[in-house]
Amino acid sequence: MTMPLNQTLLARTSAKLGPRLSIAVGAVVLALLIALPLLHLTPADSAFHVNAYTLTLVGKILCYAIVALALDLVWGYAGLLSLGHGLFFALGGYAMGMYLMRQSAGDGLPAFMSFLAWKELPWYWVGTDHFIWALCLVVLAPGLLALVFGFFAFRSRIKGVYFSIMTQALTFAGMLLFFRNETGFGGNNGFTDFKRILGFDITAPATRAALFLATVILLVASLLLGWKLARSKFGRVLTALRDAENRLMFCGYDPRGYKLFIWVLSAVLCGLAGALYVPQVGIINPSEMSPTNSIEAAVWVALGGRGTLIGPLLGAGVVNGMKSWFTVAFPEYWLFALGALFILITLYLPHGIIGLLKRGEKQ
Amino acid sequence: MTTALYRLLFALLLCFQWSSSYAGDAADFSAANSSKQAKLLQAWAAAPDAARLPLLESLQNGRVEADSNKTPFYKTDTGYQAAEGGDLEPVGKLRKLRLNNRLRGLIAITMASHQLFSTDPAVRLLAAQELQKSAKPAQLQLLNERLAQEDDADVSEALSLALASLQLIDSDPQVRLAAVRLLGETGQPLARVRLERLLADSNETDAAVRTAAETSLAQVKRRLMIGELLGQAFSGMSLGSILLLAALGLAITFGLLGVINMAHGEMLMLGAYSTYMVQVMFQRFAPEAIALYPLVALPVAFFVTAAIGMALERTVIRHLYGRPLETLLATWGISLILIQLVRVLFGAQNVEVANPYWLSGGIQVLPNLVLPYNRIVIIAFALFVVVLTWLLLNKTRLGLNVRAVTQNRNMAACCGVPTGRVDMLAFGLGSGIAGLGGVALSQIGNVGPDLGQSYIIDSFLVVVLGGVGQLAGSVTAAFGLGIANKILEPQIGAVLGKILILALIILFIQKRPQGLFALKGRVID
Amino acid sequence: MKRRPFLKTTLAASALLLSGLFPFSAHAADTIKVGILHSLSGTMAISETSLKDMALMTIDEINAKGGVLGKQLEPVVVDPASNWPLFAEKGRQLLTQDKVAVTFGCWTSVSRKSVLPVYEELNGLLFYPVQYEGEELSPNVFYTGAAPNQQAIPAVEYLMSEDGGSAKRFFLLGTDYVYPRTTNKILRAFLHSKGVADKDIEEVYTPFGHSDYQTIVANIKKFSAGGKTAVISTVNGDSNVPFYKELANQGIEATDVPVIAFSVGEEELRGIDTKPLVGQLAAWNYFESVENPVNEDFVKKWKAYAKAKNLPGADKAVTNDPMEATYVGINMWAQAVEKAGTTDVDKVRDAMAGQTFAAPSGFTLTMDKTNHHLHKPVMIGEIQDNGQFDVVWQTDSPIRAQPWSPYIEGNDKKPDYAVKSE
Repeated sequence: MTMPLNQTLLARTSAKLGPRLSIAVGAVVLALLIALPLLHLTPADSAFHVNAYTLTLVGKILCYAIVALALDLVWGYAGLLSLGHGLFFALGGYAMGMYLMRQSAGDGLPAFMSFLAWKELPWYWVGTDHFIWALCLVVLAPGLLALVFGFFAFRSRIKGVYFSIMTQALTFAGMLLFFRNETGFGGNNGFTDFKRILGFDITAPATRAALFLATVILLVASLLLGWKLARSKFGRVLTALRDAENRLMFCGYDPRGYKLFIWVLSAVLCGLAGALYVPQVGIINPSEMSPTNSIEAAVWVALGGRGTLIGPLLGAGVVNGMKSWFTVAFPEYWLFALGALFILITLYLPHGIIGLLKRGEKQ
Repeated sequence: MTTALYRLLFALLLCFQWSSSYAGDAADFSAANSSKQAKLLQAWAAAPDAARLPLLESLQNGRVEADSNKTPFYKTDTGYQAAEGGDLEPVGKLRKLRLNNRLRGLIAITMASHQLFSTDPAVRLLAAQELQKSAKPAQLQLLNERLAQEDDADVSEALSLALASLQLIDSDPQVRLAAVRLLGETGQPLARVRLERLLADSNETDAAVRTAAETSLAQVKRRLMIGELLGQAFSGMSLGSILLLAALGLAITFGLLGVINMAHGEMLMLGAYSTYMVQVMFQRFAPEAIALYPLVALPVAFFVTAAIGMALERTVIRHLYGRPLETLLATWGISLILIQLVRVLFGAQNVEVANPYWLSGGIQVLPNLVLPYNRIVIIAFALFVVVLTWLLLNKTRLGLNVRAVTQNRNMAACCGVPTGRVDMLAFGLGSGIAGLGGVALSQIGNVGPDLGQSYIIDSFLVVVLGGVGQLAGSVTAAFGLGIANKILEPQIGAVLGKILILALIILFIQKRPQGLFALKGRVID
Repeated sequence: MKRRPFLKTTLAASALLLSGLFPFSAHAADTIKVGILHSLSGTMAISETSLKDMALMTIDEINAKGGVLGKQLEPVVVDPASNWPLFAEKGRQLLTQDKVAVTFGCWTSVSRKSVLPVYEELNGLLFYPVQYEGEELSPNVFYTGAAPNQQAIPAVEYLMSEDGGSAKRFFLLGTDYVYPRTTNKILRAFLHSKGVADKDIEEVYTPFGHSDYQTIVANIKKFSAGGKTAVISTVNGDSNVPFYKELANQGIEATDVPVIAFSVGEEELRGIDTKPLVGQLAAWNYFESVENPVNEDFVKKWKAYAKAKNLPGADKAVTNDPMEATYVGINMWAQAVEKAGTTDVDKVRDAMAGQTFAAPSGFTLTMDKTNHHLHKPVMIGEIQDNGQFDVVWQTDSPIRAQPWSPYIEGNDKKPDYAVKSE
């Protein structure tokens, strides 16, 4: 990283602006996001009714936005480009999926197991019929994996490109593992056909609205957390670490703990996003772990603007919005557009959309 | 006079019989249903008749067709010829005689027993070898007769082996003993099964034969074991050579230039498509020299991919030197565009790249070990490319410049090395070598737009594991990974094997972050 | 000045959110909307694109004859891009935004499993045209492809027959996903019932996109030394080429060890050098080379359509089993709508039972009265060097599907009619 990025744009500008405007704008968006699920509860023939299609689509993009934010915490702030965040996302999703499968299966085995003639649940499925334990798994599975991987990686000071390639290999290995039917996670089919969550019908409008609201709350919470972190001394150490790790070490800091903390936090956030994604979308399968998905997440961040908090959210929204539109309007040209986007951002927009807006403001 | 007349009559009769039996065979066959055809073939195999050879040959080549009266015809290059002889014209529509795999197998056996009568010892030898695999008990007598009359030593040996399998059920213990000993001499997988069957369930009562069979079995098993081990080593080498070819270009673009070239896989893909284009050109303009197309494809693929690589370097990558993570994103974008471009130009379907005859089939080294020609050629080719790359980097001025720029860009520039040009040429070289890899890959797998995607992760792991910037490291890593993969695969399956290898690499990198062959130095950022 | 970035970003974000809120849908009263849900991009595009075109051709044909209930059919094509969650999303879009009367779509099992809850929730109607593993019977789906007893079991019976080479040992090779797993499980139970012992059955799985078959082919060779062996391959699409190439190069011929495949059809053979494959087998319910007037007409129409629409590779256009199943499915649906006099899902479902259609396979296919599957003939074809199949064996009459295979434990308790999964 030869080009030190400025410290968090959000923190700086809002400090100058005074928090009023940003709070106002944020409140409008937040109000919109809260109104959406409430409108879903109106009768279907009402003029303000928001249908399930729109709600799940926006809900999905919000989950992606959380992933983008989590990735930005490690990439934008600590300079560790992870190409394996899809793995953490999917692990959280699978943990939630296990609970949902147990809910649909009742006392029996999940459908995919019974027709492969499994007689009993594998040990790692124990307790997944309890929502609380499933929630713990949502945090623990990605968290522990990140902890172990991070501990070894940071101890031997793997960074930069090596780190990216190792994380890519990690998610690739995870994908292969989950594709195996013997692994006990439904192989290629993954988990589908969920019925109930906490006893509520998963297709009921109220359940959908609640899940959507939970996603909004998680997004807001992670934004606040990110903001707090970025403004703290911890955030400044991270940025220093990104820009000149050796100098930081010579100043007497031990970078390992900092890296490990932000890395695990980011993985856990991804896991939570995955856990909210699965019941809304209705399926989790190993292709979520494919390296391509993780690289795409890096593009959301790069497009929106690294090292800022709003940027990644914008990036996730714009890329996924474009994708929805392009795959309907010109399915042939979507990859051209995405590819060109990658190249143009890296060549001309190193600070992403946020950087562009900021440049416009300076002139 | 009378005797002469009788002789003449007899000869005529014989002649008539002979021709009628010959004429009948083809007609019988084309009129019969498949189970009757099988019986016919079995009967023919036990009692060969040279006159049947044209029928059998035509059947084997799929040139027998029947008209609506079920009258058989041979398809020739110019038209049709009645199998029964004469000037019959086909009635109605001609249909190819339908054969199933069982009939095809029987035809091969029948053909072999007919060929035992050939005057050419080489043909007899092949026939005897075929019968070793597939002789039926009904052919016992025939084989005995042929063995008695055989004067060629090699053919004799092959025939007695073919006989040995049949003699295991002979009533005379002496014959069985001889057969068992003979089978022990071979390394045939079939001999093992036959001996095991003999020993199982106390089929064999004679103690001497039993002991001999046990010794022979042990002998056969040992030979089979050797074959298996060699086979495993070979497949490991072969996989290693493929990984090496896939990764070698990356060893230059990533290893020397430090560009995280995610479009590297697409260079392989473009190399493979260049091969396809060359093949199409040959089909169109020089069909008689089609066998040579892979040789022509090599330089074409090299220059095509090198040109594309240099163009990319000039337009995109040179703006990103020193920002490795950004090159990752930009080159990923390039790779998406290249994939979609190929998809639009050639279609999403895979294209057909055929092996020329000299890359099809394999050489039988041991009874249970066949080494495919395409894999042998690819191993040799991989080594050739490594040597070529090494020479280029170590013995040419370009190589000197590349190494200088790698070690210290500013100093090299001060000494008058045109770093921009060197970067471009080095990137072109790496891409061109990837193109060569693509030609090789096209000979063993699919050629489709997604070809590169399946190699990109493996390629990076090879380069990282070997140590960035180290040619020797990449070679060691590629062959090491290939062989490790092939040792693990039979034990725990292909999927777990691959996962385990990935896990091991991740652990290894923790231990030695600089790879197997680390550049030693005291540089710190 | 400094307020702009915030305003802009917020506006951009909210515009984005809103764009999803109010999708407009054009509505024409005198047409019946028909959804087509096949991947047109991504890995499955190779197989699914031709099904989309076949569906469009069939709809054109029905429209040319005056449509259904006097109305024209209006196809709504969406692209789920080989992305499984996207299948559910696009399925929901078809049902709630476009309000289609019926959907024709899906290829992989996982895509079907992904949309199934949506179709059950919204009471939609889906026609699924591909052979699959069974173990499913939804009231909202009609299965026009084969269940295992309409493809896999007859194929193995053939291999065990004299004509098929009287195989005694079986090497079950598949890509590791649910279709091969379930099929092989059924086959193993079936082989047991035929007296084949476990030591004569070997089951091997490879990951998706596996390309190095050296070890597996060596194992097949070793295994086949123990007696007449057949390989039953459920290897998925792309991996077939390296597999067959390796077989041929290591000197294993179809006469020694025949390979029967359940996922290799005319369309898959299009991009392959077929020389090493000649003599190998495939089991389907239809082959392009079947000779009968209906099929001649069908193939001719398809080739003309491909040329007229300028589809990629139109000069080499082929038909295959799933395309025939799509064709049959759409025609049967149209007949059922005519019979029911409405496109209402519940009424059409009732009218589907017992529908018949003279299919290109040369048989008159019947939709089962209760189990939502077609009665289909089974054919074994041998690969020819021109990329076509030569039918070497076929059943005398169509066979009734058993979606709940009797060879899987516990299935005897499952009802043989469609019930919502609960």
